[in-house]
Amino acid sequence: MKHYLFHRPLHLGLLLGLLTLLLLVLGTLAGSSGMDALPSVLRALQAGADDDGRMLAQIVWQIRLPRGVGAWLAGALLGLAGALAQSVFRNPLADPYLLGSASGASLGVCLALVAMDGALINVHWLGRVGLTGAAFAGAMVAVVMTAALARGVAQTLRLLLAGVVVAVVLGAGSSLVLQMHPQLLQSMQGFMLGSTAFVGWDGCALMLAALLVGLAVTWALGRWLDGLVLGEHTARSMGLPVDAMRWVLILTLALATGAAVAHTGLIAFVGLAAPHISRRMVRWGARHGAVLAAMLGGLLLAAADLLARLVIAPAELPVGVLTALLGGGYLLWLMRRAHGAGAMQ
Amino acid sequence: MTASIALPPALQVRGLQVSLGGRPVLQGVYFSVAAGRWVSIVGPNGAGKSTLLAALAGLLPAQGQISLLGQDVATMNPAYRARSLAWMGQNEPAGEDLRAWDVVLLGRLPHQGWLAGLQAHDLQVAEQALRSTQAWDWRERSMGTLSGGERQRVLLARALAVQAPVILFDEPLSHLDPPHQADWMDLTRALVAAGATVLSVLHEVSMALQADEMLMVHNGRLVHQGACADTRTHRALEQVFDQRIAVHTLDGQALVLPRRASSASQQERA
Repeated sequence: MKHYLFHRPLHLGLLLGLLTLLLLVLGTLAGSSGMDALPSVLRALQAGADDDGRMLAQIVWQIRLPRGVGAWLAGALLGLAGALAQSVFRNPLADPYLLGSASGASLGVCLALVAMDGALINVHWLGRVGLTGAAFAGAMVAVVMTAALARGVAQTLRLLLAGVVVAVVLGAGSSLVLQMHPQLLQSMQGFMLGSTAFVGWDGCALMLAALLVGLAVTWALGRWLDGLVLGEHTARSMGLPVDAMRWVLILTLALATGAAVAHTGLIAFVGLAAPHISRRMVRWGARHGAVLAAMLGGLLLAAADLLARLVIAPAELPVGVLTALLGGGYLLWLMRRAHGAGAMQ
Repeated sequence: MTASIALPPALQVRGLQVSLGGRPVLQGVYFSVAAGRWVSIVGPNGAGKSTLLAALAGLLPAQGQISLLGQDVATMNPAYRARSLAWMGQNEPAGEDLRAWDVVLLGRLPHQGWLAGLQAHDLQVAEQALRSTQAWDWRERSMGTLSGGERQRVLLARALAVQAPVILFDEPLSHLDPPHQADWMDLTRALVAAGATVLSVLHEVSMALQADEMLMVHNGRLVHQGACADTRTHRALEQVFDQRIAVHTLDGQALVLPRRASSASQQERA
């Protein structure tokens, strides 16, 4: 018999919500010179604070809070995208970047950087779209290319292979551009490692919109997604419109991944780990699973963001490095445990 | 008498043709199955039995015409088709993390609206289905923790929970021990007695001979359709299996024994 830490999805959801609130509060206190005391931050946020207080309030409102909320939203989008990818590919190790969106976003950013640098005249318009827009467009173009190369989304294996091909080709494109413009290497590295440092309220609003759309779509298709677990043939025999469903899910996945990558760069492992961990903690169907994976993804990235700011303060670690380390450690632990269980049998 | 004439056949197939990867797997298949019959489909490995079943369920692109309860499947509303015909495949994923109970409830999907939840009636039907395959006791267990036979009984219950008048089973007896094989036979007879039509691909010929009728598939063609009790069906069976089996009748029960290769060739010469 399989045992779960939680009996009901709601209980895990409540715990994740509480932890998230706690983290967001801690996040508003964490500054480059260590933690501010909660009372002083609260005093600063009240009307009639002195100059120092007003300054602190501005830092909290304009930098720390949007950053914390942004990290949570980006993590939530990746968690949701991971849960969708794992349902669509019926593989617990599927990852939101499988369809080439990561390399598409990288190439988009690369080209935008070149355009801003004024080095290539013919892509000048890209500079106006901005890095965020370029990353989003790149991710979406890559997913559409993958679907076109796989001649639709009906065959899982073909889709995965096409995703690999698109990732390799677009990755080569980025390398070529960087080879021609080595001065961009450093800015590009920031994107590749992922960072939550530059998320503002605008970004938060866009990510929130993408998250709500994604959750609504998943909720509406929830029972059908559960049906997919029994295999495509059985799902079809029960009258489910499998092909249309897969298109909708893959576009939703691309939207969620694109929105996250555009604002925070390539953050590793959150999309893989969040649905995976939540699935071990409580038994869930697709509807609750999507919400829990999003909440856990948000929590993981918000926590990683806080750690990244504190570990070597006043300097910062790129948050993607931390998630990769923590996620890699988690996977290793899983492998060791699985190995141990196998040996015992 | 007039009532039986007015009833359309449960399934009617005209000129069915299926190609997979450019290779014809089934061709020129014509047959008709009356409602309330149990029909077994037999044939050598790779003859096209599972393909036939999947094509009947509308899971494969096929040419020709298939009528289900008097209506053309091609123009049928998918939800209505799903309620009228249940299909249980062979080696399909079983949803390792799901409880047996959740899997059986998925069988109620064809009866549910898009956003609607489960009704009390759905729970009742799922319970009845799990009890009828003797799987009720492990309804709370995850599919991944069940043995092959236990899992098979949950999947059978999932197909029963659809409550379709026509049910297609592909190798329903695989992984089942002899007592549970006998239980499946009883269950099928009860379904048929209640008016359902059952088509089952059965690999074990003596089990297949327990059905009312038999369809024999060989090299992608339907080579024989006849009553299981008919000796002509027995002779056709021996022929389909290259005379490597012998069908005997003992106390009115058909008994299938394997024949050695040498005696089979003697039989052929004779």
